[in-house]
Amino acid sequence: MTTVTPPRRQQRASLPPEEPSIPQRSGGTGAYWLYLLPGLALLVVVVLVPLVWNVYLTFTKWRGVREPEFIGLDNWQKLLTDDDFWTSFGNSVWMVLAMVVVPTIVGLIVAALLFDVVGRKFGGKVGSFLRATYYLPQILPVAVAGIVIGWIVRPGGEGALNQILAVFRIGPVDWLGQMPSALIVLMVVLVWVQIGYPVVVFMAALQRVDPELYEAAELDGANWRQRFTAITMSIIRPEIFVVTLTCTIAALKVFGPVYVITGGGPAGATLVPAYYAYTEFFTKRNVGYGATIATVLTIVVVIVSIVFIRVQTSLERKERAGL
Amino acid sequence: MAATTVLVTDAAAAAAPRRAPRPARPRGGMTRKRGVDWLMLVLVSLGALLILAPFYLVLVNSFKSPVDYATSGPLAFPEALDFTGIQKFWERVNFPQKVWNSILISGVVSVLAVLLSMLNAFAIGIGRVRGRSWIVLLFLLANLLPQEALLYPLYYMFKEVGLYDSVWAVIIIFTVVQAAFGTYLLSAVYGTFPKEILEAASLDGATRWQILWRVVFPISRPTLSVLLIFFFIWTWNEFLIPLTFLASNANQTVPVAISVLQGDRLMDVTTTSASALLGIIPTLIFFLIFQRTLTRGITAGAVK
Repeated sequence: MTTVTPPRRQQRASLPPEEPSIPQRSGGTGAYWLYLLPGLALLVVVVLVPLVWNVYLTFTKWRGVREPEFIGLDNWQKLLTDDDFWTSFGNSVWMVLAMVVVPTIVGLIVAALLFDVVGRKFGGKVGSFLRATYYLPQILPVAVAGIVIGWIVRPGGEGALNQILAVFRIGPVDWLGQMPSALIVLMVVLVWVQIGYPVVVFMAALQRVDPELYEAAELDGANWRQRFTAITMSIIRPEIFVVTLTCTIAALKVFGPVYVITGGGPAGATLVPAYYAYTEFFTKRNVGYGATIATVLTIVVVIVSIVFIRVQTSLERKERAGL
Repeated sequence: MAATTVLVTDAAAAAAPRRAPRPARPRGGMTRKRGVDWLMLVLVSLGALLILAPFYLVLVNSFKSPVDYATSGPLAFPEALDFTGIQKFWERVNFPQKVWNSILISGVVSVLAVLLSMLNAFAIGIGRVRGRSWIVLLFLLANLLPQEALLYPLYYMFKEVGLYDSVWAVIIIFTVVQAAFGTYLLSAVYGTFPKEILEAASLDGATRWQILWRVVFPISRPTLSVLLIFFFIWTWNEFLIPLTFLASNANQTVPVAISVLQGDRLMDVTTTSASALLGIIPTLIFFLIFQRTLTRGITAGAVK
């Protein structure tokens, strides 16, 4: 997701700012509001009202029936001393590692290899085939991806991984019943699902590079690592930015794999904010407290987005000044 | 997953022609393959095999009988094709019904969301209504928000109006969520819509409504169809909201129906494998059909 304006900014320079592209016979831009009406009305009903309502709920105690009881800042105070809350956000850091850091680094290496080595020396077909393979898990519903990996680490002697390990005389491991393996299993699901996204995006970015550039660099004696840092990295930078932002937000929202694999266990050790809020809403019926967790999550997501976009614009500005 | 993907703009067109002149060059003639290159190829291929391994495991074990699984282990091919696991799960979840629910929800959402995005983007990108950058930001924000922040109020609201446990609750919510992204994207596309065409149509006496349907819609159809495909797949893959809103078995989508049965007594090791396989198959079919659109679609928007 790029920032809001870029394509339009150039347009604005050549057009008077507030004038519709279709010449006006009567009225101004006013009539266009009619076209926005359904969209905005639905947005208000389905997003804005629930959002404000949810914030209001953070100041209440409510079990979902009768009237919510106003309790001021109690829910917010409870957060400070709630270990599960801090665990859940602590685990978000691990989710970011699994969904952002690892896929971006591995994706960079794989994309560079596929483009620079495989694509150039073994033909584009091999490159595209491998790219499609890496992308394959991306299309799965993340809950289904969780079920697939969850099946492999099924506890007891009949689990696939345990059966394979039994060949090496390693006894059945209860992967989901203990830490850190339960958390690692979740991270494996996310890495598996996520890896194809940076690969595809980075490879497309590399299409912008003139192949001659790589060949020239190679003739000049630049090795693979030098070509990677001097050409690949500098070209892909904007994409790295987009991938990091979108994946960080997705990592903060992880829900499906936790729901299908660990259910937050063992003993709440693999809770994530989204799942914690869900259980507060629907299992424990502490609606007010669940709303508070969800609100904190929202604030974090918004802050992350703003920081990323700020940094990106300032980097771009610096770059332009440098030129 | 949904929000992580970015969509087509004209950048796709810009990227495409670059590949064109390359096949003319004799393959492997110009570039020597050295040992290092082979090593790299092996490394990347090993990575790809690792990615495929879970698919392989689920595939082969879905066709084994529990006895076959116990004796031959998870890695081997089935001794004889055994469909009991798949059949048991298929009947237990009433799989065709779940597929139909998913198709209905995703299909209606993608069509409605594209329509809504188009109307919004027409007002923002072409109509240039006042305060449009704020409106775009609002839509973008609506797409970024964690769904948990809306979940309980939505749950309560839909219960009050009697739409709880109805596919229509899910359809309404996702139409808005997907259209929020579509508006953000299409507004930028329509912002650069060729002005001459719009002026010409206007001079010929076309009203705004006519211009939208006879000029803007046909010209932007490629972008709209990519949006449609993405909305369909994103909605298909959604989990939290269908899980919350579709309580009764008969209304559930494929991912939800498969997930809620995971702890069930019926789920012995090969049946569980079959359940995962049945979850994979529909999206795999989409992947094979739309592979080009998908890979081109995700990449292009990332570039400005």
